[in-house]
Amino acid sequence: MPQKNVVEAVRDALLEEMERDPTVILMGEDVGERGGVFRATEGLLAKFGPERVIDAPLAESSIVGVAIGAAVNGFRPVAEIQFADFILPAVNQLISEAAKLRYRSNGAFGRPLTVRTPYGGGVHGALYHSQSIEALFAHIPGLKVVAPSTPYDTKGLLKAAIRDPDPVLFLEHKRAYRLIRGEVPEGEYVLPIGKAEVKRQGTDLSLITYGLTVHYGLQAAEELAREGVSVEVLDLRTLLPLDREAVLATAKKTGKVLIAHEDNLTGGLGGEVAAIIAQDAFEWLDAPVMRLAGPDVPAMGYAKTLEDAYMLSPEKIAAALRKLAAY
Amino acid sequence: MSTQRQRRAEAPELKPGQLSKPELLQMYRTMLLARRLDERMWLLNRQGKIAFVISCQGHEGAQVGIAKALRPGVDWVLPYYRDLALVLALGMTAREAMLGAFARAEDPSSGGRQMPSHYGSPRLRIVSGSSPVATQIPHAVGVALASKLRREDAVAVTCLGEGSTSQGDFHEGLNFAAVHSLPVVFVCENNGWAISTPLREEMAVKRVSKRARAYGMPGETVDGSDLLGVYEAMQRAVARARQGEGPTLLEVLTVRLTSHSSDDNQFTYRPKKELATETRHHEPLAACGRYLRQAGILDDAKAQELEAAVAAEVDDATDYAERAAPPAPETLLERVYAEG
Repeated sequence: MPQKNVVEAVRDALLEEMERDPTVILMGEDVGERGGVFRATEGLLAKFGPERVIDAPLAESSIVGVAIGAAVNGFRPVAEIQFADFILPAVNQLISEAAKLRYRSNGAFGRPLTVRTPYGGGVHGALYHSQSIEALFAHIPGLKVVAPSTPYDTKGLLKAAIRDPDPVLFLEHKRAYRLIRGEVPEGEYVLPIGKAEVKRQGTDLSLITYGLTVHYGLQAAEELAREGVSVEVLDLRTLLPLDREAVLATAKKTGKVLIAHEDNLTGGLGGEVAAIIAQDAFEWLDAPVMRLAGPDVPAMGYAKTLEDAYMLSPEKIAAALRKLAAY
Repeated sequence: MSTQRQRRAEAPELKPGQLSKPELLQMYRTMLLARRLDERMWLLNRQGKIAFVISCQGHEGAQVGIAKALRPGVDWVLPYYRDLALVLALGMTAREAMLGAFARAEDPSSGGRQMPSHYGSPRLRIVSGSSPVATQIPHAVGVALASKLRREDAVAVTCLGEGSTSQGDFHEGLNFAAVHSLPVVFVCENNGWAISTPLREEMAVKRVSKRARAYGMPGETVDGSDLLGVYEAMQRAVARARQGEGPTLLEVLTVRLTSHSSDDNQFTYRPKKELATETRHHEPLAACGRYLRQAGILDDAKAQELEAAVAAEVDDATDYAERAAPPAPETLLERVYAEG
């Protein structure tokens, strides 16, 4: 099976969906001739032409707003926000409009829409090219939020997002784009939105995470295995709706849970996952649910020292797992 | 104060256009229906029967003129909250409007979920809108983009108050539409007030339409009490859009006869004299009535007949909506997603 990286998986999914469905159109900043600043849309302009691959003016609210309008009139737009840090001008269109259109029209006007955006740090992106913005949107009913970790999941879930009848915010960790390679079969497969996946079976501890941190977690689990501790790694894959069953299953299986995310701690996804476990798996727990997350600072700094201090790493996760194992 | 918009002191003489006498009479009837429905809604609000009213009074001429240039159910319309006469002219019924006012399950716009006057109808291609202003402008641009990609001749029209022109989505939407030469008409119903903020504190230009040039599209200003003037200007804009010549910014000067909403009192900020002057010169229903009388289309007997018919329609709509069932509480959880 061919090995691909995450950005190639994104491109494959876009290409296949555009070939399959003529109503799929792309719009965003530099998605055309340049093929996107991360090259996720490379070659698509040449293949599908400027009507289906639209270089938009540098204005995020209209990128999302125009995509909503095109969706209302029968298309399946895939909008790209160049960096997740720049999605904030489009928050009104995402939260007031995309998320509520179906509900406010009592079902009449709900339409498909995918908004892709690279998020996360570890690429010397400083405050405004590194942020994790998922918690802002995972609070919003009417949206779906997907954050895959592997090339295989990225392709299958992006195809699902494009075919989904509701608005999906599709988060691609930009550090993972070229760092993470994996097997991606040629051709058709679609993965279900809303389903987490156990990426490593274990019996002593559970690590619940998503995105780039899954890979750091798998390295940490390998490390702990050498120390005789068996760690199960659950990749959430979808942040809204959360796969409650999968969260509870791993919590009940091991009785000790660490939730890890790069997004900062307060109000992050970890709080929600911890609350689900506290409410419905309390009697299975052998230790308090622990969280490891980015610190509560506005964003990571540019200097390597500051970036490293912010970012999670296999070492930081291993240390937290050891602490949990010792409880 | 009344000269702040620098418009003609007197309402213009309405010119006979391509419209037939029955068409003109029908347009007048729609204006009258909108006015009487709107007045009834205020009454119901003051009686405590409906929670909120936001009014179209003073905008009826602009809206009926705009609608006349469109093909209901073919062209797309993204209205704003003052567009009662517009949606009636497109084919919404008095009952449907009242069902929204009473927040009934049958309300076609939202099933009682939204505040009144947030219109939506797939049948009429009226796209559901929200309360943060100007968000519908990029949607209209996207709708137009889709029509253009499918080589259809449907036009997208969005209406907005002049207050909305301060929003970023106004700028972003007009710019995108002009870059791609999309079949969309932006209609600004300028009544001179953004709730309590007068035009001179909203913008430093005297005409919203002047901004069109900055986007590379034509802009035009017409008087909203000049029904045929609005219709003809809208026809020109729609024709440009259909012929692939791109978007137009059409500014229609209106007068806001009521407070912003039932929760506002405009005389805490608006000089009574200003409203009186505006009303005397630019009140569209009276202006249209005068024209129809001059043209021999309307007389006292016909006017009385219309008033009686409209009153009966408003009564029927009120009774029907008042008796209609509210949405069941458990429906609160429905239709968040397609599968739910």
